[in-house]
Amino acid sequence: MDAHAHAAPQGFIRKYIFSLDHKVIGLQYFFLALTAVFVGMFLSLLMRIHLIWPTASLPFFGEIKPETYLSLLTMHGTIMVFFVLTTAPQGGFGNYFLPIQIGAPDMAFPVLNMLSFWTTFLGFIVLLAAFFVSGGAPLHGWTGYAPLSALQSAGPGEGLGADLWIASIAIFCIGALMGALNFITTTLDMRAKGMTMMRMPLTVWAWFITAILGLLAFGVLLSAGILLLMDRNLGTSFFVPLVTVNGQLTGHKGGSPLLWQHLFWFFGHPEVYIAILPAMGLCSQLLSVFSRKPIFGYKAMVYAMLSIGFLGFMVWGHHMFMSGMSPYTAFAFSIMTMGIGVPSAIKTFNWLGTLWRGRIRFTVPMLFAIGFVSLFVTGGISGPFLAQPVLDIYLHETYFVIAHFHLIMGVASIFGIFAATYYWFPKMFGRMMNDTLGKLHFWLTFVGAYAIFMPMHYYGMAAGLRRYSQSTEVAYIQSLLPLQRFITFAAFITIASQLLFVINLFWSLWKGKQASDNPWEATTLEWITATPPPHDNFAGQTPVVHNGPYEYSVPGAPRDFVMQSDAPVTAAH
Amino acid sequence: MASLFSTATIEEPRISLGHGGILPPVLIGGGDDGPGSGKPDYATRLRRARLGLLVALTPVLMVFVSFTSAYVVRQGLPTLDPHTNLLVRDWIPVKLPVLLVVNTFVLLLSSVGMELARRQFRGAAVPASPSANGTTSSAEPVQMPWLAMTLVLGLLFLFGQWSAWQQLAAHGFYVSTTPSSSFVYLLTGTHAVHLMGGVLALFVASIASLFRRAVATRAIVVDVTAWYWHFMALLWVYILCLLEFSR
Repeated sequence: MDAHAHAAPQGFIRKYIFSLDHKVIGLQYFFLALTAVFVGMFLSLLMRIHLIWPTASLPFFGEIKPETYLSLLTMHGTIMVFFVLTTAPQGGFGNYFLPIQIGAPDMAFPVLNMLSFWTTFLGFIVLLAAFFVSGGAPLHGWTGYAPLSALQSAGPGEGLGADLWIASIAIFCIGALMGALNFITTTLDMRAKGMTMMRMPLTVWAWFITAILGLLAFGVLLSAGILLLMDRNLGTSFFVPLVTVNGQLTGHKGGSPLLWQHLFWFFGHPEVYIAILPAMGLCSQLLSVFSRKPIFGYKAMVYAMLSIGFLGFMVWGHHMFMSGMSPYTAFAFSIMTMGIGVPSAIKTFNWLGTLWRGRIRFTVPMLFAIGFVSLFVTGGISGPFLAQPVLDIYLHETYFVIAHFHLIMGVASIFGIFAATYYWFPKMFGRMMNDTLGKLHFWLTFVGAYAIFMPMHYYGMAAGLRRYSQSTEVAYIQSLLPLQRFITFAAFITIASQLLFVINLFWSLWKGKQASDNPWEATTLEWITATPPPHDNFAGQTPVVHNGPYEYSVPGAPRDFVMQSDAPVTAAH
Repeated sequence: MASLFSTATIEEPRISLGHGGILPPVLIGGGDDGPGSGKPDYATRLRRARLGLLVALTPVLMVFVSFTSAYVVRQGLPTLDPHTNLLVRDWIPVKLPVLLVVNTFVLLLSSVGMELARRQFRGAAVPASPSANGTTSSAEPVQMPWLAMTLVLGLLFLFGQWSAWQQLAAHGFYVSTTPSSSFVYLLTGTHAVHLMGGVLALFVASIASLFRRAVATRAIVVDVTAWYWHFMALLWVYILCLLEFSR
């Protein structure tokens, strides 16, 4: 358990497989997420194809039956939410850069860190195994609503497949909790001299707050998962009421499906912020770096993230307006939810304030950061619509919700991951990624994401229902089928353009231009060390911090940026 | 036998949340110069381990908070009787075995033993701590009674819980008999699994002494396990009260 007490490993296995080095573990998380995102994307591709060519036979799955479609949907959601959006920004980049950015030689508990990755990896394997067991993958959606998820006899995927799904989530929770424990302890206890909390880069703040959210949320999901497993396998009735399947009583009675929803969403809503907070922190960082200006309102940014995290635990009921909850309760959840708009608007305002009159460098990471702000606004603005029970009751079961959460939680967070990859690639691998390919990738993805998800809003407003595997058979939606076709073709192009990213990534690993130690002329501590960083991050040195993280264009300074470890800034500004 | 209440004092670890940054790690180097040289000192490691434990207890607490909320919700729910089509209550209060009270005393006693062991190890660690690297442990007096006692009492508690389950089953209360019995098994079982983690840590601490690991390292393991153990004892008292007074 001793921090940085481990020597630089020699053998391949200790160096790259069971490594205790937070940087290697960060990369392991990153490549796990990269694998997962392609699996998830492939599933979405199959769904999109099925939606417009319902009779087509598809690779691996053959002809898609309605239940197969639900399996695809469930696995797409689960893989994306847990193994991409939670894994890459926090497990991947957080692991790699949090210790370096606070001037620490490693995480507080390196062994635990290694265990947390391998636990997560095991969770992914168990989840994928659900495809290959009898009955296939579960049908209950990534939210696992009971009683569908709680009865073995409820559908073809609800046998062993659903058990594996729950086991995978539980394993993931344990891994995520170990990770969160490390992040919090490291941030509180291992900062270099002079690195006060209010001198931490906003990325570190974001990872720290995300870890706290994870710490409070994953335990609740874990306990809900235990109850669900008991309902499924031990005959208890926590979530299952008196219910019949195919005319037969199941033997369960008295349980409450709503109890599952409460427990799930108490985790599920903070999970949204677990996915997007790291991207918020990173984009704050990048907008400052590439505008050559201090971040606008550093403290406001910190407090806004803290209040988003806090309010995130107060609003889970807005996922349940359809459940018949008391209008008074719904009103309270509604007001709280719209309250989140305030810190979100503060952040957006500050991002724009940072860009305002900056000397903007339109690098690829900067483009993705600006793209993030755009998507955050577009995806976020439909939040206050859905936060009102009276509108939500109409929109809840439609594609409007799909459009909303994909833009804000999915694509915006993914843009954060892309921005992080392009920004930190030189530090991680010592080479630059190709600029032209990167820009092409950005524009195709940016336009593509809007082309996919903007029409979904209209489709939803016209009562296009989600979870339906065949919209071609629904009479009133016929006139909107061209919209569905447009979305599918936009998805083809957008998904294909992700190959540009993969090609760029692997090509640059070996052929990219050599990177200097600080190619972006940024100020935070990862840029003072060698590229790539040595085993102990600072080659035996202890960095001492004298400045804030965003000292750009400081009057009187010799360069237009002052590193955190440079001599203290004296000029008034 | 060494004094249980060491007269030597060590600086209590301090968990600081800011203002001027935390003490930097004493020596950086990733241990590249050989074993031990890269370790931070005893106080830093102890502080870090305790902070880690404090953080780790949060999700454990959250698990039991969610179980409690499920307990309260489920207790108040009526259920439909398929034969009469009437709403009835299916919550049959479970009469807890008296053995659970005995088990509680066993666990509380083990907690006392754990505290004595913690102080004993801390006393032993202090003379070793000035050298900071803690690799020498030859002069350390070997004394195991408190740790061993805690371990035995912990295992006894787990065995007692198992016997209480047998008694419940003998009275016809199985996991799925009634929602209240589901919760009895759920809460006692989850608590037992967590306590097993503590037992495992005590085994590690004991085995570490056989391999003559650095006394400071063992003192830290025992210290953190002790706080965990006390938490588990408190948690058990809470669970027992919930099951008994909110039947």
